Amino acid sequence: MRQRAETGALILRCAAVKFLSSIALALIAPNLALTAPGANSDLAQGEYLARMGNCAGCHTAPGGEPFAGGLRLESGYGAFITPNITPDAKTGIGDWSADDFYRALHEGQRADGTPMYPACPYPNYTHVARDDIDAIYDYLQSVRPIEQDQPAHDLGFPYRYRSLLTIWQALYFEPGKSHDNSAQSADWNRGRYLVEGLGHCNACHRARGRLGSMQDAANAPGAVIRGWYAPPLADPAQAGLQDMPVDQGAAFLQTGKREHGAMMGPMADVVFESLQYLRNEDAHAMATYLHAIPTQDVDSPIRLIGLSEQGRENAMAEGRAIYADQCAGCHGDDGRGEHGAPALAGNRAVTMDDPRNAANMIREGGFAAATQGNPRPHGMPPFYDLSDRELAAVITFIRGSWGNNAAPVTASNLPH
Amino acid sequence: MATTGAACGLPRRRKGFIMQPVFRRCDRVIDRVAARMMRGKYSSVFRSIHIILFLALAAPGTIAVAAEPEDAGMKHRVAACSACHSPEGIQMEAGYVPRIRGKPAGYLYNQLVNYQQRRRRNRSMNHMVAHLSHAYLFEIAQYFADQRTPYPAPAAQPPAALAQRGRQLVREGDADADVPACAGCHGQRLTGVQPNTPGLVGLPRQYIMGQLGAWQVGTRHAAAPDCMAHIAGRLQGGDIAAVAAWLAAQPVPNNTRPAREPIDEPPLACGSVPKPEP
Repeated sequence: MRQRAETGALILRCAAVKFLSSIALALIAPNLALTAPGANSDLAQGEYLARMGNCAGCHTAPGGEPFAGGLRLESGYGAFITPNITPDAKTGIGDWSADDFYRALHEGQRADGTPMYPACPYPNYTHVARDDIDAIYDYLQSVRPIEQDQPAHDLGFPYRYRSLLTIWQALYFEPGKSHDNSAQSADWNRGRYLVEGLGHCNACHRARGRLGSMQDAANAPGAVIRGWYAPPLADPAQAGLQDMPVDQGAAFLQTGKREHGAMMGPMADVVFESLQYLRNEDAHAMATYLHAIPTQDVDSPIRLIGLSEQGRENAMAEGRAIYADQCAGCHGDDGRGEHGAPALAGNRAVTMDDPRNAANMIREGGFAAATQGNPRPHGMPPFYDLSDRELAAVITFIRGSWGNNAAPVTASNLPH
Repeated sequence: MATTGAACGLPRRRKGFIMQPVFRRCDRVIDRVAARMMRGKYSSVFRSIHIILFLALAAPGTIAVAAEPEDAGMKHRVAACSACHSPEGIQMEAGYVPRIRGKPAGYLYNQLVNYQQRRRRNRSMNHMVAHLSHAYLFEIAQYFADQRTPYPAPAAQPPAALAQRGRQLVREGDADADVPACAGCHGQRLTGVQPNTPGLVGLPRQYIMGQLGAWQVGTRHAAAPDCMAHIAGRLQGGDIAAVAAWLAAQPVPNNTRPAREPIDEPPLACGSVPKPEP
């Protein structure tokens, strides 16, 4: 009993210390990060920046050691196997100098001088400042070295010839550095630095041009990644934050959740691994920049097959029956959402042109990411046993009910 | 993946600062208490205080959420789990979905982490737990461990020869094949042992065969040393069928709770079972 009481007291004391110091740190941390000398705070800064770049997101295999690589990234050119970036000298980047590392992120060049595939978003990282890249380098050199060799990339002809990338870089890549725009606020500039640089948002949220080149067009559509559509950030009817007050946008980035829904699919990975750790001022800066992106009405590349009025009515009727039977218990008869399930009325994941995210969500289900601001998320069960036709019908129903006014979809519009 | 920072209360980025040694010590204390809690040495009152504290620490900004009335939110939060994991377990097109209610919390938690780290593979489960913190996985495990629902009726008795071999392996093991008795670790009542060892009764034959087979061919893993993989590897010919058939035919005892006494001397090292304290 005494031991219990002692342990109880100890844990309470620890809890108090931890809780109070976390508040204290939250108040003083921004200053500390700028002023405290010594390796620890530099490493902490490097760790923070590596999280913002989400290096571990690609350089870690499922269930594998962090940064040891081995993730298979499928693309239209074949599969890339992400390399080991732990400080192991033989199989990682232990023998890279800080200059080597800078050249990799800034110029897309490996330590041996050969060009890097733009599967690694160095066209974004090229905008990152040298100090920040050095901090990431120091941090990566401090993690546990893992000896783990990767198989070669599994690429088609002629993409497997790395030397051809020299031509690609000459055509499509220019090492850059983002210069502050003095007409904009410091917040906007910091936000742009994070969104266009380390955060590499447009690596997924903007379709690539020919041969994987980056596009500048303001009305470029989004891109498909792992079967999900990463919608364009210029369109507030899709993924843009223009219609959201900046504070709410910042909270959305950090928590992965807002009133009408949560980030799902690959974006749930991003918020779980990276964005939830955003410092408040950085989240505010990113939301400021995203809020200010000029609004575009961006067309989706998907071509929805038109339905006759009769066909649409049939699909609506079938969808209504499925919805009442399997969905209304959580999402409500009126589509407003109950018991933690998001509203479907006015939900842009439901109403945007491309129906594949809604289809994935229904088929696979899943939890929103557990983040510091949303630590106990709700989850949706998978509905594997709906046929393609039933799935299209229920999506057609939720796209056309409760004020939603999106076009009906057919089974051929859905991912298989 | 790297969720330990999030699981113990602070954004990892702050850990590098001057408070790091204090945090490390606190983390160790919390881990120790969490481990004890899972060993079932505390009264339920003390345990629930710890759970709340554990969760509160896991989310400094959301203490109010952790203190919401018991079950009010959890039932809806885990609707995604309950939809398939019915009270008695259910055969679905995608495979058998076992019951999870009433299994030891530590066992359920370990499985959730195994799915997250891909030691166990199942498309749906790997996907479901991908973005959940260890603190939340523990809370989910505890929620289902605390549920009590009736068990299905036992299956028909298998043929005598099969039953005899099954009973022998479960009750006595097979010293020649170096296979310890199941009951030695899973409890004399075969209802599991706190905190991490699951029960073996009330499960259908196909499920038990499926799991032992998965260990044999290497598609199911547990934390190393993976004792069940070793044992499954030593089973011969019809042993899996015999064990599964005999177990599935056993009536579930009146007391279905996992035994509270820890396993004194496990016959082989098990990464999922904490060693008894010296």
